[in-house]
Amino acid sequence: MSVGALIDLTRCIGCRSCQVACKSWNDNPGEHTSFWGTYDNPPTLTPTTWSLIKFAEVEVKGAVRLVMSKIQCMHCLNPACIAVCPEQVYQKEENGIVTLEGDKCIGCQNCMKVCPFSVPHINWVDNPDLAFVNVEPQMTKCIFCFDRVSNGMEPACIKACPTDALVFGDRDELLVEARRRMAKFPGKYVDHIYGEKEVGGTAWMYLSPVPFEALGFASLPNEPIDVSQYKPSYLYPGIEKEREPVSPVNIGVTSGLLGLLAGAASIIALRQLRMKKTDVEVPEE
Amino acid sequence: MTAVVQQSKPSFGAGTIILAGLSFFGFVLMIIRWATGLGATTALVDSRGWGIWIGFDVLCGIALAAGAFSVAAAVYIFQLKEFYPILRPTVLTGFIGYGLAALSIAIDLGFPHRIWHLLIYWNVHSPLFEVGWCVMTYVTVLGLEISPIVFEKFNLKAPLKLIRAITIPLVILGVILSTMHQSSLGTLFLPMASRVNPLWYSAILPILFFISAVAAGLSMVIIEASLSAAGLNHRLEVRLLGKIAKVIPYVLGLYLGIRAIDMLVAGDLRYMFTGDLFSFLFWAEVILGVILPIILFSMPTTRKNRYRMFWSAVLVVFGLIFNRINISLVGFDGAPYWPTWQELFISIGMVSIGALVFVLASRYLAVFSSHSPANAE
Repeated sequence: MSVGALIDLTRCIGCRSCQVACKSWNDNPGEHTSFWGTYDNPPTLTPTTWSLIKFAEVEVKGAVRLVMSKIQCMHCLNPACIAVCPEQVYQKEENGIVTLEGDKCIGCQNCMKVCPFSVPHINWVDNPDLAFVNVEPQMTKCIFCFDRVSNGMEPACIKACPTDALVFGDRDELLVEARRRMAKFPGKYVDHIYGEKEVGGTAWMYLSPVPFEALGFASLPNEPIDVSQYKPSYLYPGIEKEREPVSPVNIGVTSGLLGLLAGAASIIALRQLRMKKTDVEVPEE
Repeated sequence: MTAVVQQSKPSFGAGTIILAGLSFFGFVLMIIRWATGLGATTALVDSRGWGIWIGFDVLCGIALAAGAFSVAAAVYIFQLKEFYPILRPTVLTGFIGYGLAALSIAIDLGFPHRIWHLLIYWNVHSPLFEVGWCVMTYVTVLGLEISPIVFEKFNLKAPLKLIRAITIPLVILGVILSTMHQSSLGTLFLPMASRVNPLWYSAILPILFFISAVAAGLSMVIIEASLSAAGLNHRLEVRLLGKIAKVIPYVLGLYLGIRAIDMLVAGDLRYMFTGDLFSFLFWAEVILGVILPIILFSMPTTRKNRYRMFWSAVLVVFGLIFNRINISLVGFDGAPYWPTWQELFISIGMVSIGALVFVLASRYLAVFSSHSPANAE
């Protein structure tokens, strides 16, 4: 059996119970956040926020509608993170959950680069007492509450959902359920179960009233992400800036320094080459 | 130190002292980076995990050191003994380049104190696993290949004999390892297809990385020989370098052909003429770094003139650096990135350390020896 979860976005009311339940169960501390223009808080998944509610304002038939979605690790059926991690930090459990042993991680960040959903997060150590000698695992992501699931319970986020927007169960049965809902309420959902086929299928699947592109979901090919894959589209939405934009002063100063150094180096090199001009050896042909 | 200085050359030039200063500054910054973490010293963010330390120091550093295995193969496997005079400086550069690439990886890793985990936790399907292992073993191989210059200095007969006995297997191992990891650096970017600009992404990136590394590695041999001949009062082997220069157009031509056919098959030609920044960079890279050097190196007048040969080789090397930076940074989709001054000066420090070690080695050890090896008769 492969576990799965179905998210029905028409039922989500954006209460963030799932986000709080995730933090509570996994002992993740709260974060200092600030208002940044939307209700998403924090703006992206972070080392301590493994599940996050996103808010999108979507225009439907002339009216603006708020559509909430939940993001977390999708638990791919063919995970790219497992394929590229040099230390086998990630494992696929028998029930399909992708777990990780953070204390093996050397911090190469390869998984962050290949994950099509930008899920794994490394703790960028700004905190001096975490630096260098810290041996706590810092590469983190949602583990589908592997401890709860393997003891016959639902994941914390799904347990906490007050509107049954999140359903936990066998992945194949959830697909049947998703199809049943789509057939029963024609026109309520777009004709696309996100996660059914994306990158070879994921354990988390979504039903949405609006196109997934409008919610900022990545348009992905159906083939698993691996080295045998040929040329998908050059599209990667959903990347947000986590820090201040590049300052022109920094660019100016660094490029100025670089230019000066390069200039000095080439002058020295040229002079060196010129100085020995007398013993140029020209071979006879 | 002073005693050593007195017994050979009278004094160090201003260039050496500047190199030493930059190396020391870079070294201090490395310590600061290890002590305070990546977040405090770099401009890296979650969607931009690899900066110039990977894009320049590792990707370019390893590619430019490819001359070591090419020349070693030419001398020992194909028995082209005339290239022996340039073998030692090339292998020394390779050793320095790989050592610095390994150091760069240790700087860039989130947990440098866990780098030994590569040895005990194995995921043989990971391209990075292969790169890590190859770099570790190849640094060892290059170290053994270059060790005779130290043994000769201190007149240690027994280890010298041992190394000479295993030279051929070492060189073969070096060729295998180089082929593996030069291409695996390209494999690193294969699973990131959706993030690399199609002008640079290709399903045959491993092959393209390998061929371009050979061309740039050989060009690096020319650059190094020219610079050290100028700086260290050695006679320049123009005729020998001309022979190497003659090989480069073929390698680059193969690279250009394969790349063009791949872009045609993949349907990427339409991105070439969009007129945006990427198409401009692409043309700058291909025209200046590939097409122009092919033409220049093909002309006999270039191959007879040390200056023309030097500047043509510089073009190839810049083309390669341009290419690797475009793949890993400019054409890579992610948050805006500009290196901080710490990142920049650690990179500059790395290059300075390499140059300094080379200068010191050529001053005190028999890097430029023209006699033939004992076992290559």
